[in-house]
Amino acid sequence: MARAVTPSRKAFTTVVAGLLGLMMFFPVLWIFILSFKSEGDAIKAPMEILFNTGWTTESYGAVQERSDYFKHFWNSVIISVGSTVLGLAVAIPAAWAMAFVPGKRTKDVLMWMLSTKMLPPVGVLVPIYLIFRDLGLLDSRVGLVFVLMMINLPIIIWMLYTYFREIPGEILEAARMDGASLRNEVIYVLTPMAVPGMASTMLLNVILAWNEAFWTLNLTAANAAPLTAFIASYSSPEGLFYAKLSAASVMAIAPILIMGWFSQKQLVRGLTFGAVK
Amino acid sequence: MATKASRAAARLMISPSVLLLLGWMIVPLSMTLYFSFLRYNLIMPGDNPFVGWENYYWFFTDPSFKDAMINTLLLVGGVLLITVIGGTLFALLLDQPMWGQGIIRIMVIAPFFVMPTVSGLVWKNMFMNPVNGIFGHLASSLGLQPLDFFSQIPLLSIILIVSWQWLPFATLILLTALQSLDQEQLEAAEMDGASWASRFWYIMLPHLARAITVVILIQTIFLLSIFAEILVTTNGGPGTATTNLTYLIYVSSLLQYDVGMGSAGGVIAIILANIVAIFLMRMIGKNLDA
Repeated sequence: MARAVTPSRKAFTTVVAGLLGLMMFFPVLWIFILSFKSEGDAIKAPMEILFNTGWTTESYGAVQERSDYFKHFWNSVIISVGSTVLGLAVAIPAAWAMAFVPGKRTKDVLMWMLSTKMLPPVGVLVPIYLIFRDLGLLDSRVGLVFVLMMINLPIIIWMLYTYFREIPGEILEAARMDGASLRNEVIYVLTPMAVPGMASTMLLNVILAWNEAFWTLNLTAANAAPLTAFIASYSSPEGLFYAKLSAASVMAIAPILIMGWFSQKQLVRGLTFGAVK
Repeated sequence: MATKASRAAARLMISPSVLLLLGWMIVPLSMTLYFSFLRYNLIMPGDNPFVGWENYYWFFTDPSFKDAMINTLLLVGGVLLITVIGGTLFALLLDQPMWGQGIIRIMVIAPFFVMPTVSGLVWKNMFMNPVNGIFGHLASSLGLQPLDFFSQIPLLSIILIVSWQWLPFATLILLTALQSLDQEQLEAAEMDGASWASRFWYIMLPHLARAITVVILIQTIFLLSIFAEILVTTNGGPGTATTNLTYLIYVSSLLQYDVGMGSAGGVIAIILANIVAIFLMRMIGKNLDA
Protein backbone atom coordinates (compact mmCIF):
# COMPACT_ATOMS: atom_id res chain seq x y z
CA MET A 1 0.00 0.00 0.00
CA ALA A 2 1.01 3.60 -0.41
CA ARG A 3 3.50 4.49 2.23
CA ALA A 4 3.36 7.77 4.06
CA VAL A 5 5.67 10.28 2.41
CA THR A 6 6.51 13.74 3.57
CA PRO A 7 4.99 16.48 1.39
CA SER A 8 8.42 17.96 0.74
CA ARG A 9 9.69 14.68 -0.66
CA LYS A 10 6.56 14.35 -2.75
CA ALA A 11 7.07 17.88 -4.08
CA PHE A 12 10.69 17.11 -4.90
CA THR A 13 9.71 13.95 -6.81
CA THR A 14 7.04 15.88 -8.66
CA VAL A 15 9.50 18.55 -9.78
CA VAL A 16 12.16 16.05 -10.91
CA ALA A 17 9.69 13.81 -12.72
CA GLY A 18 7.92 16.81 -14.20
CA LEU A 19 11.15 18.16 -15.65
CA LEU A 20 12.04 14.78 -17.13
CA GLY A 21 8.55 14.44 -18.55
CA LEU A 22 8.83 17.89 -20.07
CA MET A 23 12.17 16.96 -21.64
CA MET A 24 10.72 13.85 -23.24
CA PHE A 25 7.65 15.75 -24.43
CA PHE A 26 9.53 18.86 -25.53
CA PRO A 27 10.04 17.95 -29.23
CA VAL A 28 6.29 17.45 -29.61
CA LEU A 29 5.57 20.70 -27.79
CA TRP A 30 8.14 22.52 -29.89
CA ILE A 31 6.72 21.53 -33.28
CA PHE A 32 3.30 22.49 -31.96
CA ILE A 33 4.66 26.00 -31.28
CA LEU A 34 6.58 26.20 -34.56
CA SER A 35 3.53 25.17 -36.55
CA PHE A 36 1.92 28.49 -35.58
CA LYS A 37 4.89 30.61 -36.64
CA SER A 38 5.81 32.06 -40.03
CA GLU A 39 8.65 30.36 -41.92
CA GLY A 40 10.97 33.29 -41.30
CA ASP A 41 10.31 33.20 -37.55
CA ALA A 42 10.57 29.43 -37.24
CA ILE A 43 14.34 29.35 -37.77
CA LYS A 44 15.13 32.06 -35.21
CA ALA A 45 16.76 31.39 -31.85
CA PRO A 46 14.45 29.55 -29.43
CA MET A 47 14.10 32.39 -26.93
CA GLU A 48 13.27 34.82 -29.70
CA ILE A 49 10.66 32.45 -31.11
CA LEU A 50 9.02 32.08 -27.71
CA PHE A 51 8.90 35.75 -26.72
CA ASN A 52 9.39 37.86 -29.81
CA THR A 53 7.32 36.49 -32.67
CA GLY A 54 3.67 36.58 -33.66
CA TRP A 55 1.32 33.70 -34.21
CA THR A 56 -0.18 32.60 -37.50
CA THR A 57 -2.02 29.61 -38.92
CA GLU A 58 -0.72 30.16 -42.45
CA SER A 59 1.44 27.01 -42.41
CA TYR A 60 -1.58 24.77 -42.03
CA GLY A 61 -3.12 26.25 -45.15
CA ALA A 62 0.19 26.15 -47.01
CA VAL A 63 0.67 22.44 -46.31
CA GLN A 64 -2.72 21.60 -47.74
CA GLU A 65 -2.21 23.81 -50.78
CA ARG A 66 1.30 22.66 -51.57
CA SER A 67 0.72 18.96 -51.46
CA ASP A 68 -2.92 18.02 -50.99
CA TYR A 69 -2.42 17.06 -47.36
CA PHE A 70 -5.87 15.63 -46.82
CA LYS A 71 -5.47 13.07 -49.56
CA HIS A 72 -2.59 11.57 -47.57
CA PHE A 73 -4.46 11.96 -44.32
CA TRP A 74 -7.31 9.96 -45.83
CA ASN A 75 -4.88 7.34 -47.08
CA SER A 76 -3.61 6.95 -43.54
CA VAL A 77 -7.14 6.65 -42.17
CA ILE A 78 -8.21 4.12 -44.78
CA ILE A 79 -5.06 2.03 -44.52
CA SER A 80 -4.87 1.92 -40.72
CA VAL A 81 -8.59 1.48 -40.04
CA GLY A 82 -9.06 -0.83 -43.03
CA SER A 83 -6.23 -3.15 -42.12
CA THR A 84 -7.36 -3.27 -38.48
CA VAL A 85 -11.02 -3.97 -39.25
CA LEU A 86 -10.08 -6.66 -41.75
CA GLY A 87 -7.64 -8.13 -39.25
CA LEU A 88 -10.32 -8.18 -36.55
CA ALA A 89 -12.73 -9.93 -38.90
CA VAL A 90 -10.23 -12.73 -39.44
CA ALA A 91 -8.90 -12.79 -35.89
CA ILE A 92 -12.11 -12.70 -33.81
CA PRO A 93 -13.27 -16.20 -34.78
CA ALA A 94 -9.78 -17.61 -34.34
CA ALA A 95 -9.17 -16.03 -30.95
CA TRP A 96 -12.68 -16.95 -29.86
CA ALA A 97 -12.19 -20.60 -30.77
CA MET A 98 -8.79 -20.82 -29.11
CA ALA A 99 -10.02 -19.15 -25.92
CA PHE A 100 -13.30 -21.01 -25.48
CA VAL A 101 -12.60 -24.37 -27.13
CA PRO A 102 -8.92 -24.90 -26.38
CA GLY A 103 -7.48 -28.10 -27.76
CA LYS A 104 -4.22 -29.91 -27.28
CA ARG A 105 -2.43 -27.89 -29.88
CA THR A 106 -3.90 -24.46 -29.16
CA LYS A 107 -0.79 -23.29 -27.41
CA ASP A 108 1.44 -24.41 -30.28
CA VAL A 109 -0.75 -22.70 -32.85
CA LEU A 110 -0.74 -19.48 -30.86
CA MET A 111 3.01 -19.58 -30.40
CA TRP A 112 3.51 -20.24 -34.08
CA MET A 113 1.28 -17.28 -34.97
CA LEU A 114 3.33 -15.02 -32.71
CA SER A 115 6.55 -16.27 -34.27
CA THR A 116 5.46 -14.94 -37.66
CA LYS A 117 5.62 -11.46 -36.10
CA MET A 118 9.34 -11.95 -35.48
CA LEU A 119 10.06 -12.16 -39.20
CA PRO A 120 12.04 -9.05 -40.20
CA PRO A 121 10.12 -7.19 -42.93
CA VAL A 122 13.28 -6.62 -44.93
CA GLY A 123 13.63 -10.40 -45.30
CA VAL A 124 10.57 -10.49 -47.51
CA LEU A 125 10.89 -7.05 -49.09
CA VAL A 126 12.01 -8.30 -52.49
CA PRO A 127 9.32 -10.95 -53.05
CA ILE A 128 6.51 -8.73 -51.76
CA TYR A 129 7.72 -5.90 -53.98
CA LEU A 130 7.85 -8.15 -57.05
CA ILE A 131 4.48 -9.76 -56.34
CA PHE A 132 2.94 -6.32 -55.88
CA ARG A 133 4.53 -5.09 -59.11
CA ASP A 134 3.16 -8.06 -61.06
CA LEU A 135 -0.31 -7.72 -59.56
CA GLY A 136 -0.35 -3.95 -60.09
CA LEU A 137 -0.64 -3.36 -56.34
CA LEU A 138 2.33 -1.00 -55.97
CA ASP A 139 1.19 2.40 -54.76
CA SER A 140 -2.32 1.13 -54.04
CA ARG A 141 -4.25 1.37 -50.80
CA VAL A 142 -5.64 -2.14 -51.25
CA GLY A 143 -2.16 -3.61 -51.27
CA LEU A 144 -1.11 -1.72 -48.15
CA VAL A 145 -4.29 -2.65 -46.29
CA PHE A 146 -3.46 -6.28 -46.96
CA VAL A 147 0.20 -6.05 -45.96
CA LEU A 148 -0.51 -4.15 -42.75
CA MET A 149 -3.30 -6.54 -41.87
CA MET A 150 -0.89 -9.46 -42.22
CA ILE A 151 1.76 -7.72 -40.15
CA ASN A 152 -0.56 -6.95 -37.28
CA LEU A 153 -2.67 -10.12 -37.42
CA PRO A 154 -0.53 -12.00 -34.85
CA ILE A 155 -0.83 -9.09 -32.40
CA ILE A 156 -4.58 -8.80 -32.96
CA ILE A 157 -5.15 -12.52 -32.42
CA TRP A 158 -2.94 -12.53 -29.37
CA MET A 159 -4.63 -9.55 -27.72
CA LEU A 160 -8.13 -10.82 -28.40
CA TYR A 161 -7.16 -14.23 -27.06
CA THR A 162 -5.95 -12.78 -23.76
CA TYR A 163 -9.10 -10.65 -23.41
CA PHE A 164 -11.41 -13.53 -24.23
CA ARG A 165 -9.69 -15.79 -21.73
CA GLU A 166 -10.46 -13.34 -18.97
CA ILE A 167 -14.18 -13.94 -19.48
CA PRO A 168 -15.06 -16.42 -16.74
CA GLY A 169 -16.48 -19.73 -17.91
CA GLU A 170 -18.84 -19.89 -14.90
CA ILE A 171 -20.92 -17.08 -16.32
CA LEU A 172 -21.45 -19.03 -19.53
CA GLU A 173 -22.42 -22.12 -17.56
CA ALA A 174 -24.85 -20.10 -15.46
CA ALA A 175 -26.45 -18.71 -18.59
CA ARG A 176 -26.75 -22.21 -19.99
CA MET A 177 -28.32 -23.51 -16.78
CA ASP A 178 -30.87 -20.76 -16.99
CA GLY A 179 -31.79 -22.16 -20.39
CA ALA A 180 -30.11 -19.66 -22.72
CA SER A 181 -29.66 -20.95 -26.24
CA LEU A 182 -26.23 -20.80 -27.82
CA ARG A 183 -27.35 -17.85 -29.91
CA ASN A 184 -28.61 -15.92 -26.90
CA GLU A 185 -25.52 -16.88 -24.96
CA VAL A 186 -23.32 -15.33 -27.62
CA ILE A 187 -25.45 -12.22 -28.13
CA TYR A 188 -26.41 -11.36 -24.56
CA VAL A 189 -23.62 -12.81 -22.43
CA LEU A 190 -20.40 -13.14 -24.38
CA THR A 191 -20.53 -10.17 -26.71
CA PRO A 192 -21.06 -7.47 -24.06
CA MET A 193 -18.12 -8.86 -22.12
CA ALA A 194 -15.91 -9.12 -25.19
CA VAL A 195 -16.56 -5.68 -26.68
CA PRO A 196 -14.17 -3.69 -24.45
CA GLY A 197 -11.32 -6.05 -25.31
CA MET A 198 -12.09 -5.78 -29.00
CA ALA A 199 -12.17 -1.99 -28.78
CA SER A 200 -8.79 -1.87 -27.04
CA THR A 201 -7.31 -4.23 -29.60
CA MET A 202 -8.63 -2.09 -32.40
CA LEU A 203 -7.24 1.08 -30.84
CA LEU A 204 -3.69 -0.23 -30.44
CA ASN A 205 -3.60 -1.73 -33.90
CA VAL A 206 -4.86 1.41 -35.60
CA ILE A 207 -1.98 3.21 -33.86
CA LEU A 208 0.57 0.62 -34.97
CA ALA A 209 -0.68 0.67 -38.55
CA TRP A 210 -0.82 4.49 -38.63
CA ASN A 211 2.84 4.71 -37.64
CA GLU A 212 4.11 1.79 -39.72
CA ALA A 213 6.95 3.16 -41.83
CA PHE A 214 8.71 0.32 -43.60
CA TRP A 215 6.07 -0.99 -45.97
CA THR A 216 4.33 2.35 -46.39
CA LEU A 217 7.60 3.93 -47.52
CA ASN A 218 8.64 1.10 -49.82
CA LEU A 219 5.35 0.21 -51.46
CA THR A 220 3.84 3.64 -52.16
CA ALA A 221 4.58 6.63 -54.37
CA ALA A 222 2.34 9.65 -54.95
CA ASN A 223 -1.12 8.10 -54.89
CA ALA A 224 -1.49 5.78 -51.94
CA ALA A 225 1.16 7.41 -49.74
CA PRO A 226 -0.09 7.74 -46.17
CA LEU A 227 1.26 10.42 -43.82
CA THR A 228 4.40 8.47 -42.91
CA ALA A 229 5.50 8.55 -46.55
CA PHE A 230 4.17 12.07 -47.16
CA ILE A 231 6.18 13.50 -44.25
CA ALA A 232 9.27 11.73 -45.61
CA SER A 233 9.05 14.00 -48.67
CA TYR A 234 10.23 16.82 -46.39
CA SER A 235 13.66 15.20 -46.23
CA SER A 236 14.51 16.93 -49.53
CA PRO A 237 12.69 20.25 -49.16
CA GLU A 238 12.72 23.42 -51.22
CA GLY A 239 13.35 26.67 -49.32
CA LEU A 240 12.29 27.33 -45.76
CA PHE A 241 10.09 24.58 -44.45
CA TYR A 242 10.29 24.34 -40.65
CA ALA A 243 6.84 25.79 -40.02
CA LYS A 244 5.26 23.71 -42.76
CA LEU A 245 7.00 20.54 -41.58
CA SER A 246 5.78 21.32 -38.06
CA ALA A 247 2.20 21.88 -39.19
CA ALA A 248 2.19 18.68 -41.25
CA SER A 249 3.74 16.75 -38.35
CA VAL A 250 1.31 18.09 -35.76
CA MET A 251 -1.65 17.04 -37.87
CA ALA A 252 -0.07 13.64 -38.48
CA ILE A 253 0.63 12.79 -34.85
CA ALA A 254 -2.18 14.59 -33.01
CA PRO A 255 -4.90 11.96 -33.58
CA ILE A 256 -2.53 9.16 -32.62
CA LEU A 257 -1.23 10.93 -29.51
CA ILE A 258 -4.78 11.28 -28.27
CA MET A 259 -5.57 7.65 -29.03
CA GLY A 260 -2.26 6.60 -27.52
CA TRP A 261 -3.10 8.20 -24.19
CA PHE A 262 -6.08 5.92 -23.94
CA SER A 263 -4.15 2.81 -24.83
CA GLN A 264 -1.14 2.80 -22.49
CA LYS A 265 -2.28 -0.40 -20.80
CA GLN A 266 -3.01 -2.17 -24.07
CA LEU A 267 0.45 -1.28 -25.26
CA VAL A 268 2.01 -3.45 -22.59
CA ARG A 269 -0.41 -6.26 -23.27
CA GLY A 270 -0.18 -6.09 -27.04
CA LEU A 271 3.56 -5.71 -27.47
CA THR A 272 4.93 -8.03 -24.79
CA PHE A 273 2.69 -10.99 -25.60
CA GLY A 274 1.95 -11.61 -21.93
CA ALA A 275 5.60 -11.96 -20.99
CA VAL A 276 5.21 -9.05 -18.55
CA LYS A 277 2.23 -8.78 -16.25
CA MET B 1 -17.45 -28.96 -22.25
CA ALA B 2 -15.98 -29.10 -25.73
CA THR B 3 -17.91 -31.51 -27.88
CA LYS B 4 -16.84 -33.02 -31.16
CA ALA B 5 -19.04 -30.62 -33.07
CA SER B 6 -17.64 -27.59 -31.28
CA ARG B 7 -14.09 -28.80 -31.97
CA ALA B 8 -14.86 -28.99 -35.67
CA ALA B 9 -16.37 -25.52 -35.52
CA ALA B 10 -13.33 -24.23 -33.67
CA ARG B 11 -11.02 -25.62 -36.31
CA LEU B 12 -13.11 -23.93 -38.98
CA MET B 13 -12.90 -20.62 -37.10
CA ILE B 14 -9.13 -20.80 -36.73
CA SER B 15 -8.33 -21.91 -40.26
CA PRO B 16 -8.60 -18.53 -42.09
CA SER B 17 -5.99 -17.01 -39.78
CA VAL B 18 -3.73 -20.04 -40.03
CA LEU B 19 -3.96 -20.19 -43.81
CA LEU B 20 -3.30 -16.46 -44.22
CA LEU B 21 -0.30 -16.46 -41.90
CA LEU B 22 1.02 -19.67 -43.44
CA GLY B 23 0.79 -18.14 -46.91
CA TRP B 24 2.30 -14.86 -45.69
CA MET B 25 5.22 -16.78 -44.25
CA ILE B 26 5.88 -19.51 -46.75
CA VAL B 27 5.36 -17.80 -50.10
CA PRO B 28 7.66 -14.78 -49.66
CA LEU B 29 10.17 -16.70 -47.55
CA SER B 30 10.66 -19.42 -50.10
CA MET B 31 10.88 -16.78 -52.84
CA THR B 32 13.58 -14.91 -50.91
CA LEU B 33 15.48 -18.13 -50.40
CA TYR B 34 15.12 -19.06 -54.09
CA PHE B 35 16.13 -15.61 -55.40
CA SER B 36 19.16 -15.59 -53.15
CA PHE B 37 20.67 -18.33 -55.28
CA LEU B 38 20.00 -16.61 -58.63
CA ARG B 39 21.85 -13.97 -60.58
CA TYR B 40 18.82 -11.75 -60.91
CA ASN B 41 18.93 -8.02 -61.60
CA LEU B 42 15.80 -6.14 -62.61
CA ILE B 43 17.58 -3.81 -65.03
CA MET B 44 19.45 -6.63 -66.75
CA PRO B 45 16.95 -8.60 -68.81
CA GLY B 46 17.45 -12.22 -69.77
CA ASP B 47 17.22 -15.43 -67.84
CA ASN B 48 18.26 -15.61 -64.23
CA PRO B 49 20.82 -18.41 -63.88
CA PHE B 50 21.32 -20.41 -60.73
CA VAL B 51 24.63 -19.31 -59.22
CA GLY B 52 24.79 -21.19 -55.92
CA TRP B 53 26.33 -19.24 -53.06
CA GLU B 54 27.66 -16.45 -55.27
CA ASN B 55 25.32 -13.76 -53.90
CA TYR B 56 26.22 -14.71 -50.35
CA TYR B 57 29.87 -14.64 -51.29
CA TRP B 58 29.58 -11.11 -52.75
CA PHE B 59 27.43 -9.96 -49.90
CA PHE B 60 29.88 -11.18 -47.23
CA THR B 61 32.97 -9.85 -49.02
CA ASP B 62 31.39 -6.47 -49.78
CA PRO B 63 33.04 -4.00 -47.37
CA SER B 64 29.70 -2.28 -46.83
CA PHE B 65 28.35 -5.52 -45.37
CA LYS B 66 30.93 -5.46 -42.60
CA ASP B 67 30.12 -1.79 -41.96
CA ALA B 68 26.42 -2.53 -41.95
CA MET B 69 26.82 -5.36 -39.44
CA ILE B 70 28.90 -3.20 -37.12
CA ASN B 71 26.44 -0.31 -37.45
CA THR B 72 23.52 -2.64 -36.76
CA LEU B 73 25.22 -3.94 -33.61
CA LEU B 74 26.12 -0.42 -32.43
CA LEU B 75 22.65 0.89 -33.17
CA VAL B 76 20.85 -1.96 -31.40
CA GLY B 77 23.35 -2.07 -28.53
CA GLY B 78 23.45 1.69 -28.06
CA VAL B 79 19.69 2.10 -28.02
CA LEU B 80 19.29 -0.88 -25.66
CA LEU B 81 21.86 0.55 -23.26
CA ILE B 82 20.18 3.96 -23.14
CA THR B 83 16.60 2.72 -23.00
CA VAL B 84 17.13 -0.04 -20.44
CA ILE B 85 19.11 2.13 -18.01
CA GLY B 86 17.00 5.21 -18.66
CA GLY B 87 13.79 3.19 -18.59
CA THR B 88 14.68 1.62 -15.24
CA LEU B 89 15.43 5.04 -13.73
CA PHE B 90 12.25 6.56 -15.19
CA ALA B 91 10.18 3.63 -13.95
CA LEU B 92 11.62 3.87 -10.43
CA LEU B 93 10.92 7.59 -10.42
CA LEU B 94 7.39 7.35 -11.80
CA ASP B 95 6.60 4.66 -9.23
CA GLN B 96 7.13 7.18 -6.40
CA PRO B 97 4.20 9.11 -5.03
CA MET B 98 3.84 12.53 -6.72
CA TRP B 99 1.28 15.03 -7.85
CA GLY B 100 0.06 14.95 -11.43
CA GLN B 101 1.40 11.46 -12.02
CA GLY B 102 -1.02 10.82 -14.88
CA ILE B 103 0.05 13.92 -16.81
CA ILE B 104 3.74 13.28 -16.24
CA ARG B 105 3.41 9.68 -17.39
CA ILE B 106 1.61 10.78 -20.53
CA MET B 107 4.39 13.23 -21.35
CA VAL B 108 7.02 10.52 -20.89
CA ILE B 109 5.16 8.03 -23.06
CA ALA B 110 4.21 10.43 -25.87
CA PRO B 111 7.33 9.91 -28.06
CA PHE B 112 6.34 6.29 -28.66
CA PHE B 113 3.29 7.48 -30.60
CA VAL B 114 5.19 9.81 -32.90
CA MET B 115 5.63 8.24 -36.32
CA PRO B 116 9.25 7.39 -37.24
CA THR B 117 9.47 9.79 -40.19
CA VAL B 118 8.29 12.71 -38.05
CA SER B 119 10.73 12.02 -35.23
CA GLY B 120 13.58 11.59 -37.71
CA LEU B 121 12.89 14.85 -39.51
CA VAL B 122 12.04 16.90 -36.43
CA TRP B 123 15.22 15.89 -34.61
CA LYS B 124 17.31 16.36 -37.74
CA ASN B 125 16.02 19.83 -38.56
CA MET B 126 14.62 21.48 -35.46
CA PHE B 127 17.23 20.16 -33.01
CA MET B 128 20.38 18.81 -34.67
CA ASN B 129 20.72 21.23 -37.57
CA PRO B 130 23.94 23.16 -36.83
CA VAL B 131 22.56 26.50 -38.09
CA ASN B 132 18.84 26.58 -37.34
CA GLY B 133 18.44 23.79 -34.80
CA ILE B 134 17.96 24.39 -31.09
CA PHE B 135 21.25 22.70 -30.18
CA GLY B 136 23.01 24.89 -32.73
CA HIS B 137 21.44 28.08 -31.34
CA LEU B 138 22.29 26.94 -27.83
CA ALA B 139 25.94 26.31 -28.72
CA SER B 140 26.36 29.65 -30.50
CA SER B 141 24.75 31.56 -27.64
CA LEU B 142 27.33 29.97 -25.33
CA GLY B 143 30.06 30.94 -27.77
CA LEU B 144 30.77 27.34 -28.79
CA GLN B 145 31.20 25.86 -32.24
CA PRO B 146 27.86 24.18 -33.09
CA LEU B 147 28.07 20.43 -33.56
CA ASP B 148 27.13 19.18 -37.01
CA PHE B 149 25.43 16.05 -35.74
CA PHE B 150 24.92 14.16 -38.97
CA SER B 151 28.40 14.67 -40.36
CA GLN B 152 30.41 14.50 -37.13
CA ILE B 153 28.52 11.87 -35.12
CA PRO B 154 26.02 10.42 -37.62
CA LEU B 155 25.42 7.04 -36.02
CA LEU B 156 25.24 8.43 -32.50
CA SER B 157 22.67 10.97 -33.71
CA ILE B 158 20.49 8.15 -35.03
CA ILE B 159 20.98 6.22 -31.78
CA LEU B 160 19.77 9.27 -29.83
CA ILE B 161 16.69 9.72 -32.00
CA VAL B 162 15.73 6.06 -31.81
CA SER B 163 16.37 6.01 -28.05
CA TRP B 164 13.96 8.91 -27.63
CA GLN B 165 11.34 6.85 -29.45
CA TRP B 166 11.89 3.65 -27.46
CA LEU B 167 12.59 4.99 -23.97
CA PRO B 168 8.82 5.27 -23.33
CA PHE B 169 8.32 1.62 -24.23
CA ALA B 170 11.00 0.44 -21.80
CA THR B 171 9.68 2.80 -19.11
CA LEU B 172 6.12 1.61 -19.50
CA ILE B 173 6.99 -2.10 -19.39
CA LEU B 174 9.33 -1.71 -16.42
CA LEU B 175 6.81 0.48 -14.60
CA THR B 176 4.16 -2.19 -15.10
CA ALA B 177 6.54 -4.80 -13.70
CA LEU B 178 7.50 -2.59 -10.78
CA GLN B 179 3.87 -2.05 -9.82
CA SER B 180 3.36 -5.78 -9.45
CA LEU B 181 6.13 -5.90 -6.84
CA ASP B 182 5.03 -6.99 -3.38
CA GLN B 183 5.12 -3.79 -1.32
CA GLU B 184 5.08 -5.66 2.01
CA GLN B 185 8.35 -7.31 1.14
CA LEU B 186 9.90 -3.90 0.57
CA GLU B 187 8.48 -2.54 3.79
CA ALA B 188 9.73 -5.52 5.73
CA ALA B 189 13.20 -4.99 4.33
CA GLU B 190 13.00 -1.32 5.21
CA MET B 191 11.99 -2.11 8.79
CA ASP B 192 14.91 -4.50 9.06
CA GLY B 193 17.12 -1.57 8.20
CA ALA B 194 17.95 -2.32 4.58
CA SER B 195 19.20 0.77 2.76
CA TRP B 196 17.57 1.99 -0.45
CA ALA B 197 20.53 0.68 -2.46
CA SER B 198 20.31 -2.81 -1.05
CA ARG B 199 16.52 -2.83 -1.40
CA PHE B 200 17.00 -1.92 -5.04
CA TRP B 201 19.79 -4.41 -5.61
CA TYR B 202 18.35 -7.41 -3.76
CA ILE B 203 14.60 -6.99 -4.19
CA MET B 204 13.67 -4.65 -7.05
CA LEU B 205 16.32 -5.58 -9.60
CA PRO B 206 15.77 -9.36 -9.37
CA HIS B 207 12.04 -8.67 -9.70
CA LEU B 208 12.71 -6.49 -12.75
CA ALA B 209 15.16 -8.93 -14.34
CA ARG B 210 12.49 -10.74 -16.27
CA ALA B 211 10.87 -7.55 -17.55
CA ILE B 212 14.27 -6.18 -18.56
CA THR B 213 14.96 -9.35 -20.53
CA VAL B 214 11.64 -8.99 -22.30
CA VAL B 215 12.34 -5.33 -23.10
CA ILE B 216 15.73 -6.28 -24.53
CA LEU B 217 14.37 -9.11 -26.66
CA ILE B 218 11.34 -7.26 -28.04
CA GLN B 219 13.24 -4.07 -28.71
CA THR B 220 16.02 -6.00 -30.46
CA ILE B 221 13.51 -7.48 -32.86
CA PHE B 222 12.18 -4.02 -33.72
CA LEU B 223 15.57 -2.29 -33.65
CA LEU B 224 17.07 -4.73 -36.16
CA SER B 225 14.51 -3.33 -38.60
CA ILE B 226 15.13 0.40 -38.08
CA PHE B 227 14.66 1.97 -41.50
CA ALA B 228 12.58 5.14 -41.76
CA GLU B 229 14.70 7.15 -39.32
CA ILE B 230 17.78 6.45 -41.45
CA LEU B 231 16.00 7.09 -44.73
CA VAL B 232 14.79 10.59 -43.79
CA THR B 233 17.93 11.75 -41.98
CA THR B 234 21.12 10.42 -43.59
CA ASN B 235 20.20 7.98 -46.37
CA GLY B 236 22.71 5.66 -44.78
CA GLY B 237 25.57 8.14 -45.09
CA PRO B 238 27.97 9.80 -44.98
CA GLY B 239 29.46 6.88 -46.89
CA THR B 240 28.13 3.88 -45.03
CA ALA B 241 28.37 5.47 -41.58
CA THR B 242 24.69 4.96 -40.78
CA THR B 243 23.84 2.04 -43.06
CA ASN B 244 22.44 -0.84 -41.04
CA LEU B 245 21.61 -4.27 -42.43
CA THR B 246 18.00 -3.35 -43.19
CA TYR B 247 19.06 -0.23 -45.06
CA LEU B 248 21.79 -2.07 -46.97
CA ILE B 249 19.28 -4.65 -48.19
CA TYR B 250 16.92 -1.85 -49.21
CA VAL B 251 19.73 -0.22 -51.19
CA SER B 252 20.77 -3.37 -53.02
CA SER B 253 17.27 -4.53 -53.83
CA LEU B 254 15.21 -1.38 -54.47
CA LEU B 255 17.89 1.12 -55.49
CA GLN B 256 20.33 -1.15 -57.33
CA TYR B 257 17.60 -3.58 -58.44
CA ASP B 258 19.80 -6.52 -57.49
CA VAL B 259 17.18 -9.05 -56.49
CA GLY B 260 19.66 -11.86 -55.91
CA MET B 261 21.90 -9.85 -53.64
CA GLY B 262 19.01 -8.24 -51.76
CA SER B 263 17.53 -11.67 -51.15
CA ALA B 264 20.80 -13.07 -49.85
CA GLY B 265 20.88 -10.14 -47.41
CA GLY B 266 17.27 -10.83 -46.51
CA VAL B 267 18.09 -14.42 -45.60
CA ILE B 268 20.89 -13.20 -43.35
CA ALA B 269 18.53 -10.71 -41.67
CA ILE B 270 15.99 -13.46 -41.05
CA ILE B 271 18.59 -15.73 -39.47
CA LEU B 272 19.78 -12.90 -37.21
CA ALA B 273 16.25 -12.04 -36.08
CA ASN B 274 15.49 -15.70 -35.46
CA ILE B 275 18.34 -16.06 -33.01
CA VAL B 276 16.72 -13.38 -30.87
CA ALA B 277 13.22 -14.67 -31.51
CA ILE B 278 14.02 -18.13 -30.17
CA PHE B 279 14.84 -16.70 -26.75
CA LEU B 280 11.82 -14.44 -26.77
CA MET B 281 9.45 -17.23 -27.78
CA ARG B 282 10.78 -19.40 -24.98
CA MET B 283 9.96 -16.69 -22.43
CA ILE B 284 6.50 -16.15 -23.85
CA GLY B 285 5.88 -19.90 -23.93
CA LYS B 286 6.70 -20.27 -20.26
CA ASN B 287 4.15 -17.63 -19.34
CA LEU B 288 1.39 -19.02 -21.51
CA ASP B 289 -0.75 -21.49 -19.61
CA ALA B 290 -3.08 -22.43 -22.38
